[in-house]
Amino acid sequence: MVQFSQENLLKVDKIIARYPEGRQKSALIPLLHLAQEQYGWLSVETMDYVASLLSIDPIEVYEVASFYSMYNLKPIGKYMFEVCQTGPCMINGSDDIIEYIGEKLNIKPGETTADGLFTLKTVECLGACGYAPMMQMGKFYKEHLTKEKVDAIIEECRAKAN
Amino acid sequence: MGRKLLLEKAHVEGIRYFDTYRREGGYRSVEKALKTMGPDDVTEEVKKSGLRGRGGAGFPTGMKWSFLAKPEGVPRHLVVNADESEPGTFKDRYLMEFIPHLLIEGVIVASYALGSNTSYIYIRGEYAWIVDILEQAIQEAHNNGFLGKNILGSGFDCDIHVQRGAGAYICGEETALIESLEGKRGNPRIKPPFPAVKGAWDRPTVVNNVESIAAVVPIINEGGEEYAKIGVGKSTGTKLISACGNINKPGVYEIDMTISVEEFIYSDEWCGGIAKGKRLKACIPGGSSVPILPANLLLKTAKGEQRMMNYESLADGGFQTGTMMGSGGFIVFDEDQCVVKHTYTLARFYRHESCGQCSPCREGTGWMEKLLLRLDKGQGKMSDIDLLWDIQSRIEGNTICPLGDAAAWPVAAAIRHFRDEFEWHITNAAEAQVRNFGLAHYADVREVVPA
Repeated sequence: MVQFSQENLLKVDKIIARYPEGRQKSALIPLLHLAQEQYGWLSVETMDYVASLLSIDPIEVYEVASFYSMYNLKPIGKYMFEVCQTGPCMINGSDDIIEYIGEKLNIKPGETTADGLFTLKTVECLGACGYAPMMQMGKFYKEHLTKEKVDAIIEECRAKAN
Repeated sequence: MGRKLLLEKAHVEGIRYFDTYRREGGYRSVEKALKTMGPDDVTEEVKKSGLRGRGGAGFPTGMKWSFLAKPEGVPRHLVVNADESEPGTFKDRYLMEFIPHLLIEGVIVASYALGSNTSYIYIRGEYAWIVDILEQAIQEAHNNGFLGKNILGSGFDCDIHVQRGAGAYICGEETALIESLEGKRGNPRIKPPFPAVKGAWDRPTVVNNVESIAAVVPIINEGGEEYAKIGVGKSTGTKLISACGNINKPGVYEIDMTISVEEFIYSDEWCGGIAKGKRLKACIPGGSSVPILPANLLLKTAKGEQRMMNYESLADGGFQTGTMMGSGGFIVFDEDQCVVKHTYTLARFYRHESCGQCSPCREGTGWMEKLLLRLDKGQGKMSDIDLLWDIQSRIEGNTICPLGDAAAWPVAAAIRHFRDEFEWHITNAAEAQVRNFGLAHYADVREVVPA
């Protein structure tokens, strides 16, 4: 059964208190972030749980969760490489980086490795144009990517997972 | 060396933290405003400064504030737009990441002017680590009596909350941002009513860009008239420019808008010239949505005058031979870059980011993307160029929000200035296919328009 941790439940109350009384739906986007941090992705069950916390209809959660690109509506790997492919990153070789990661992990954009460790995703502009090419990994940015840097990141992830 | 008002202290060690920021003269504007000025006086100073909104539209900030409805007993809000999702633009990130108290200080002063007791910073969701930095800065300001109840004994209460978006460029549009803040899809609202009358939770709301709010600090410290003396014409004060692409020194620079585009690109103080000794081909000087200009029109206006880094000079000639300052996202292209390929990536971006409310935008962006992909892959037809022109002209001005224009302008400018390059992709199809610019990974996962 889906249930926020005690720590997250305390956060829920604080988040709802940011908004005017009776406008608790405003907490939906932060709560979906919280749910995704706890579960890694947003299942229908998780979204229904968030709806119940905010006393809104589940459809209100589905339509928001499916609109924003940062929410995962299906399971992803332990590490997700979100590689920017927009103009400034493209100029600086993001296509090559995407292709290299794909070859290295034997997956295509949108896929997860068989061991469930890595997901590769292409994304549109992440606001790191001066530090291109780049990707987002969890909460942080990995910038000025080279093939060597990609190798090191993958190895580091594998080492952490073991 | 240009004058620095925002980033002057950005390199001071520890400036991210309250104690250092305060020691370096931080929060003086809050003291001055709350102890010696009334809210309307603050707005008046911002008007005198001539500050234009730094998010891209360039609307006068003080005038925007003066439009705020102030019905009795109805709370009002300041919402800081930190969504920053325009390709080429990463200036607000720099400011928030390295000197967050400057933004917090500006929010307090602006909130005082607007009568906002609860203000929000809406930040793009991907800047997750900056959320932590801002929240720490807010907590420090609280701990030191600059936020919370009865700030500095002035009777003014103010709280600031940080709201993370979740990945949607459209939420940089102020009404879409408000929808998102209310926990909905980021669908722009039809205006009027404007946010100043009916904004967040139907309350009067001002939405301002991060850089605009940060600029309030030096305006109050030095006075609006002094601020207006910096720069030139209606381009007063300083402007943050985020420079990227094929240059030697990508980064965020603060300029006083009196330097030329040529100086900005080639001077060691700024971009340091074109990387690898290549020649300059073109530039998008104000974020991806503003028109691209070929080198000759970028460095000199159509009248043969030197093009300057300010609102008026960049716009000189209108869209036929000029462009816009926009957000200051400065993307430089060297001679090896393919305009068709670049235009395709932008069309893909805008198709991806269209909220889908308006048919011209929803359908038109996807159509342009497919046509551009076909042209880039050397599978296009000559009639595709005119078709592209026709599609972009039917999107522009026909949508609820400016995303339609933002999608149409790059395509129009690329065809206007680089039509020969589009034609080359058709007449040299075999070579274009060989070049193919690394699209192999893409063709596997996305529909390609049949030739």
